[in-house]
Amino acid sequence: MVQKTFGAPLKSREDPQMLQGESPYTADIKLPGMLHMAILRSEYAHAKIKHIDTSEALKMPGVVRVITGDDLTGKIMPLPCIWIPGGVESHFPPHPFGLPGAGDVLAKDRVRFIGDSVAAVVAETRYQAYDALAGIHIDYEPLPVVVDPEDALKEGAPLLHDAVPHNLNADWTCGDKAAADKAIAEAEVVVNLSMYNQRTINNPLEPRSAIGNYDPVTEDYTLWATTQSPHNHRFLLSVLVLGIPFNKLRVIAPTIGGSFGTKGYIYPDMALVLFLSKELERPVKWVDTRNGLMRSTVQGRDHKQHATIAGTKDGKITGLRCTSYANLGAYPSTIGPGVATALMGRSLSGPYTIENAFCEVFAVFTNIVPLGAQRGSGRAEATFLMERLVDLYAAEIGMDPAEVRRKNMVPPDQFPYDNHLGWTYDSGNYGAALERALEMVDYAHINERKAEASRRGKRLGVGIASFVAICGVGPSTRMSKEGMLGGTWESANIRVHPSGEVGITLGSKSTGQSHVTTFAQIAAEELGVDMDNIRVYHSDTQKAPYGQGTYGSRSYSVGGPAMYMAAQKIKEKIRKAAAHMFEAAEEDVVYEGGKVFVKDTPQKVKTFQEMAMALWYGWNLPAGMEPTLDETSFFDPADFNYPFGTHIAVIEIDNQTGQVDLVRYVAVNDAGPLGNPLVVNGQVEGSITHGAGQALIERAVYDEQGILLTDSFTSYAIPRSTDLPEYELDYTVTPSPHNALGVKGAGEIATVPPAAAIGNAVCDALADLGIKHIDMPFTAEKIWRVMRDAEQKKNAASNGHHV
Amino acid sequence: MQLLIFMREGTSFMKISLTVNGTQNTANVEPRILLVDFIRDTLNLTGTKLGCDTGQCGTCVIQVNGKPVKSCSMLAVQVDGCDVKTIEGVSQHGQLNTLQQSLWEKHGLQCGFCTPGMIMTLLDFLQHNEDPSEDEIRSCLEGHLCRCTGYHSVVRAVRDAVVKARQTQSADLLVGSAD
Repeated sequence: MVQKTFGAPLKSREDPQMLQGESPYTADIKLPGMLHMAILRSEYAHAKIKHIDTSEALKMPGVVRVITGDDLTGKIMPLPCIWIPGGVESHFPPHPFGLPGAGDVLAKDRVRFIGDSVAAVVAETRYQAYDALAGIHIDYEPLPVVVDPEDALKEGAPLLHDAVPHNLNADWTCGDKAAADKAIAEAEVVVNLSMYNQRTINNPLEPRSAIGNYDPVTEDYTLWATTQSPHNHRFLLSVLVLGIPFNKLRVIAPTIGGSFGTKGYIYPDMALVLFLSKELERPVKWVDTRNGLMRSTVQGRDHKQHATIAGTKDGKITGLRCTSYANLGAYPSTIGPGVATALMGRSLSGPYTIENAFCEVFAVFTNIVPLGAQRGSGRAEATFLMERLVDLYAAEIGMDPAEVRRKNMVPPDQFPYDNHLGWTYDSGNYGAALERALEMVDYAHINERKAEASRRGKRLGVGIASFVAICGVGPSTRMSKEGMLGGTWESANIRVHPSGEVGITLGSKSTGQSHVTTFAQIAAEELGVDMDNIRVYHSDTQKAPYGQGTYGSRSYSVGGPAMYMAAQKIKEKIRKAAAHMFEAAEEDVVYEGGKVFVKDTPQKVKTFQEMAMALWYGWNLPAGMEPTLDETSFFDPADFNYPFGTHIAVIEIDNQTGQVDLVRYVAVNDAGPLGNPLVVNGQVEGSITHGAGQALIERAVYDEQGILLTDSFTSYAIPRSTDLPEYELDYTVTPSPHNALGVKGAGEIATVPPAAAIGNAVCDALADLGIKHIDMPFTAEKIWRVMRDAEQKKNAASNGHHV
Repeated sequence: MQLLIFMREGTSFMKISLTVNGTQNTANVEPRILLVDFIRDTLNLTGTKLGCDTGQCGTCVIQVNGKPVKSCSMLAVQVDGCDVKTIEGVSQHGQLNTLQQSLWEKHGLQCGFCTPGMIMTLLDFLQHNEDPSEDEIRSCLEGHLCRCTGYHSVVRAVRDAVVKARQTQSADLLVGSAD
């Protein structure tokens, strides 16, 4: 009997190679005759390019080519944007093929953010290429800069794109404005909140990288790149950017050193290495620096929000309204405008039954780095706002925040549930996750802990964040209505070798989520084959079935079911072939545990390996059956899946310094059945850390001239090993009805609530000072100032002075 | 330290000799070449990673004369005459050592990009700390950034490795695991 593999906490099979430094990342690849490219980035946030002089660079040692935007005219198309939110018009200049554009590969005439690609140098070595950047002289005429999205919409604001009035890329709405307005107007209690969900930088440890190789004999291009969507990027880069046949481009995504959303975009460098490789007939490699990454790889979050929650005095939420200004940066990134609108707006009402809800998002261009996805994108921004509103409302009516949540959560018998903003929640037991988290944190005795902390000179705060996170992007038809230009199904192939070993190939691409392990577990479980006999292939468009890649927690919840479906095809074919060989009726033949046999005739049995060989030879097959076992499935789910949960943060603030320490973190998540709990725990721990980072220390800071002040790890903080305590984790299990495995997305869900939980905890700790809200990140300096100002106000008031 | 300096196409080169993972090497390098680039590009030992260029992330840590160093913050010429060890020199014949084995079992890595640098630091740390506390392990890892794991599984792995090393009475964690 083969041991159960689906659901087993198996070690990741990709690890031994990584542990020995043998896993090939893009930057590790060397090709014979390879040249190196460096990109010159704009030093101005907004300027006209009056003249570019490359003559000095061309004379520098090792330099073989320098190109600027003019060199690409007529030879390479602008980048496309494939997700402008549904129902709205993009005012950005279109791509020549009619779909929305996303800007030129190299800026022509004008630069729009510090980091905009202006020129590229190719040299014999990487050092020489970077040296030569200093030999390119650009005469810029600086233009007025705008970095705040609300400022950018104002009359007279500097315009980034001549074709885009008011810098407005999209004015998008969801929900029912009239209903929300009415509910708020008639409500017993109304609470307003204006806040800023700050811009963050994903910062995977591996900077992006790309290698282009053109073969002048076959006229084939190959791209090795840090891409989490190799097939999709093959299409976009070949047909839509380079203007070459799809057939002529092969994309290979080597091992990826983390992505968290950033490597799902096409960037100028990917097109440049391919273009230059053809021009020079040599391979061209580009490896980014950390500083380059900070200034050019898409960044996350960045919403200025103005919201209102309405309800009764006894705790029933009756209305919700939000206006959000999403800062898109200088250009629409590949899918940025969709992320900034639909993923945020439709997620706003969270796990609650709010019948009158409305959200409007203005997606606005400014002179900073383009916006994209950051782990939990859209959903984290929505959850932070909603969960802060729930706490403010609870405080207003004098009710325990847990009780308000309890009163408003979608009951378990109400699924599927229409959230009135456009999502239909598939399944859930939101209350159960809430109660489990409250029990784990011992919520009933939290006041005793506050008193104890107070004696130590600390303010203890507790914050709850309940959430629902749309995952498993997604149903293609539904996504097309959201404005996505492309299918969002996923695929898997199973090929059974004559030896009885199995090769499985994924359409998706891991960026560190142990796909090689977790997908093999599904195949092993279904086929009854030992894991050691399964080899996993992926990430090469020449070898893998079409797939869309990893994003939106989709690989396992869309690609996983595809693997399951391919296994069913294999089993069914084995069963039919065996029925023929056994001369038995098909309905009497059973496949189970790696064997096929005739019911009630146990001597008529064949192993998986015997059947693999039989189908390989093809000597004795039923009429019309094709030889071999080689099956592919494409899965396009009926709808998204909606994992959920409740997280609770306990923080302590030092009264003297304002330092916020996370002292406990309880997380109850529900992602349906867990295919590999060890791997899911890893995803959850990393996600919480990522979310806590935003709450406590992370912020991309731009000055008013659009200069990014946090452009290296010396100035942009991400959590370190000493910053956070061990988390207390648990799961509830509510299967999704939308796929055969019942699984839901798990890769990013735990990034969604931590900032909200920590934000609520910080505000709880400071509630007696009259503090209602503080924007992230909760740095010691900020909290110290807030406490000092509040104390001064309080003292002045008690002394009878007006403040 | 005697350095031979000569010119080629207007560039100065210096001749350095060093031991890398037990093998003697001699190379002519530009004085400005960073150690990490020398290791990755000249020696083709790409297990050492380059993550931040500013000495913050720890992905480039190797050992020079038995001490962990950030190879992005040293010049190649500075290791003339030194004994250099990289991740490629840690396990022998593909057999994981105790620390690597524990990292595997405790899911102490995901994308793997920060892992080689962490291992090079931890191996030195464990040589000098037979029974480190959790706080000591966390302090040791503070110079290494990881965006995937949240560090907790790494800490668990180090504690596991300590216990296993004690059980097998193997003070040297570099000895391959029998598992």
